Amino acid sequence: MSNKSRLHLPRVPARPGETPDFSYVQLSPAGAVPRPEVNARARDMMPLSVELVRVLDDNGGAVGPWHPHLDAADLQVGLRHMLLTRIFDDRMQRMQRGGKISFYIRSLGEEAVSVAQGMALRPSDMLFPGYRNQGLQIVRGMSLVDLMSQLLSNTKDMCKGRQLPVMYHSRANNLFSISGNLATQFPQAVGWAMAAAIKGEDNLAATWIGEGSSAEADFHHALLFASVYQAPVILNVVNNQWAISTFQGYAGGEQRSFAARGPGYGMAGIRVDGNDFLAVYAVTQWAAERARTGGGPTLIELVTYRGAAHSTSDDPARYRAKDDAEHWPLGDPILRLKAHLIKTGEWSEARHQALTAELEALVASSWKEAVAFGTMTEGPRLDADLMFEDVFKEMPQHLQRQQALMRQERG
Amino acid sequence: MASMNMIQALNSAMDIMLGKDPSVVLMGEDVGYFGGVFRATEGLQRKYGEHRVIDTPIAEGGIVATAIGMSINGLRPVAEIQFADYIYPGFDQIVSELARIRYRSAGDFFAPVTIRTPCGGGIRGGQTHSQSPEGIFTHVSGIKVVMPSNPFDAKGLLITCIEDDDPVVFFEPKRLYNGPFDGDPNKPAVPWSAHAKGQVDDGYYKVPLGKADIVRAGAAVTIITYGTMVHVAAAAAAAMNVDAEIIDLRSLVPLDVDTICTSVRKTGRCVVAHEATRFSGFGAEILSIIQEECFWNLEAPIVRVTGWDTPYPHAFEWEYFPGQARVRAALKTVLEPA
Repeated sequence: MSNKSRLHLPRVPARPGETPDFSYVQLSPAGAVPRPEVNARARDMMPLSVELVRVLDDNGGAVGPWHPHLDAADLQVGLRHMLLTRIFDDRMQRMQRGGKISFYIRSLGEEAVSVAQGMALRPSDMLFPGYRNQGLQIVRGMSLVDLMSQLLSNTKDMCKGRQLPVMYHSRANNLFSISGNLATQFPQAVGWAMAAAIKGEDNLAATWIGEGSSAEADFHHALLFASVYQAPVILNVVNNQWAISTFQGYAGGEQRSFAARGPGYGMAGIRVDGNDFLAVYAVTQWAAERARTGGGPTLIELVTYRGAAHSTSDDPARYRAKDDAEHWPLGDPILRLKAHLIKTGEWSEARHQALTAELEALVASSWKEAVAFGTMTEGPRLDADLMFEDVFKEMPQHLQRQQALMRQERG
Repeated sequence: MASMNMIQALNSAMDIMLGKDPSVVLMGEDVGYFGGVFRATEGLQRKYGEHRVIDTPIAEGGIVATAIGMSINGLRPVAEIQFADYIYPGFDQIVSELARIRYRSAGDFFAPVTIRTPCGGGIRGGQTHSQSPEGIFTHVSGIKVVMPSNPFDAKGLLITCIEDDDPVVFFEPKRLYNGPFDGDPNKPAVPWSAHAKGQVDDGYYKVPLGKADIVRAGAAVTIITYGTMVHVAAAAAAAMNVDAEIIDLRSLVPLDVDTICTSVRKTGRCVVAHEATRFSGFGAEILSIIQEECFWNLEAPIVRVTGWDTPYPHAFEWEYFPGQARVRAALKTVLEPA
């Protein structure tokens, strides 16, 4: 049967042992893509969804109509957040390998997505992150000790031991609870934005999924409702090329960009260089202003590369070329912003080294503080009674009985 | 015969069926080139081609729906849902469509789809990688529901399911993939190679649906269970030196009512154990059947051993899991003289 098959299967450019090939990634030169007015009609800016918005050029310069002209101080904060995200990730990965935490997900190579987008929004905007958006947690001022305590499921864990590592939340910081299920937050963010519109408030919602998750029906529900109600929401597809072993072609990226789903539903769609801090910031700022001024939703595709494994349970050497990341045409987001700051005289190698050392020390001291609240194997532990709380607001009788049985069982 | 763990046994079942029947196709997230996140389909795409072992988008609803369509057009899809916790986007297609196609078309159409999905906890998977939703599917008329407890049964049951002309949801207790697990996470892992049911026929064979396995014959009490809890219950009974008759249901729909009732009539005492939550769980169905069929044979009220009625908590995995202590407490209760 297979020799007669006419079924098309998306091409995967480089498997292990093959030469990395990113010729499929459609690039635009920095500065080349026009910037429409924020209230432009979606149908009049279709090219934005297939071209690639870029500001940083290959020499560290910032060019073109999307240049956000941020103060050097803001860029330095952005660099700091990205660097902290990476150092935090590295350290937590090692702690998982050492058996201190059960599971971890790194955002290596995608730091600009969360950090630039988080900085371009207001603290009162509601974020519905995915599980590879730790930069949002950092931008929103979550303490490292709190993040680590969640990873450790310890006595300071905001989730009271109920969630897998990295599934953070913070009501105070407008960071919604992360779900381990894929794409579920996408239409929820639209609902939040609809409520903001109903209440007449100008806060917006922003949400993130991977391109792989855009295959889920929830993605399409989100786009449909956002478009129908012109909800003030920013829908972000982080196209990091890989969903565990599923190449982006299997999510529908082979025939059309993910951003192009936006115009398909009648909303603005923008494809942006996800490793270009300035471009990501500018595009997000544009979409936020559009949403706040009644222009409705924007779908942003952030083109980036998953530099690490999907999670600590994954081994990408089994399904993609080993040196794939080194050939990624859009480079490293931290190095690119650093080069830009150095070129403009606002940064130096020495300052970068000093910052790196400072952040490494901060992560190390935070870890020490966090483990004092317990780890999975040592120190204080959460009371197992907590397992039965928050299933409902009031604990029903059958759970009260089970709680008593569990106490008996444990002696 | 060969020594196989449960993954290898499942892989062997699919290998044999792909070789035997050109209408069999495998599909799912990461199942093709990568061979599945648990390696269940390793090597099969290389052997049978990309058109028979198909990588899919991450869309469980789409996977189930297209599997239905393929089956209507003469294929026999074996669809993997990567974790049972992720089956719900496919729920409407399973409940409203897959389960009813034969019925609503008066038998003119049928959908021989097998959905394989890893279930159960004990791997620090938190609430999104640990659920046991089998009871939900047993409540849907038209779906067969299967859960093996060892490699030998896993292979024979999966072959039976693939050949079955009705749809099946095939739950694989992932904690048992690499070895039997008696509920004590602190004991060193035991491989299947040391277990009789880890000896698996290399070739084609079937284990029938609707036929429970009496894992251990006994006279004092009947323990009715399936999946991971088969091993937990056996260890708990052995530790208490109780002469328990342990029944591994293997398939929940169809259900082997005769084996259950014959045993309960003999022992007069019964514990029902599953890892899934308690309230409206499959254990309640077993209790009802026994009450209807064997009420006058009972010497004591039946006791259920289950997970608690909470989501599966990451940090309290072993307080949640119905381990040996919970089974022992249940045995103690049912064995008390009236």
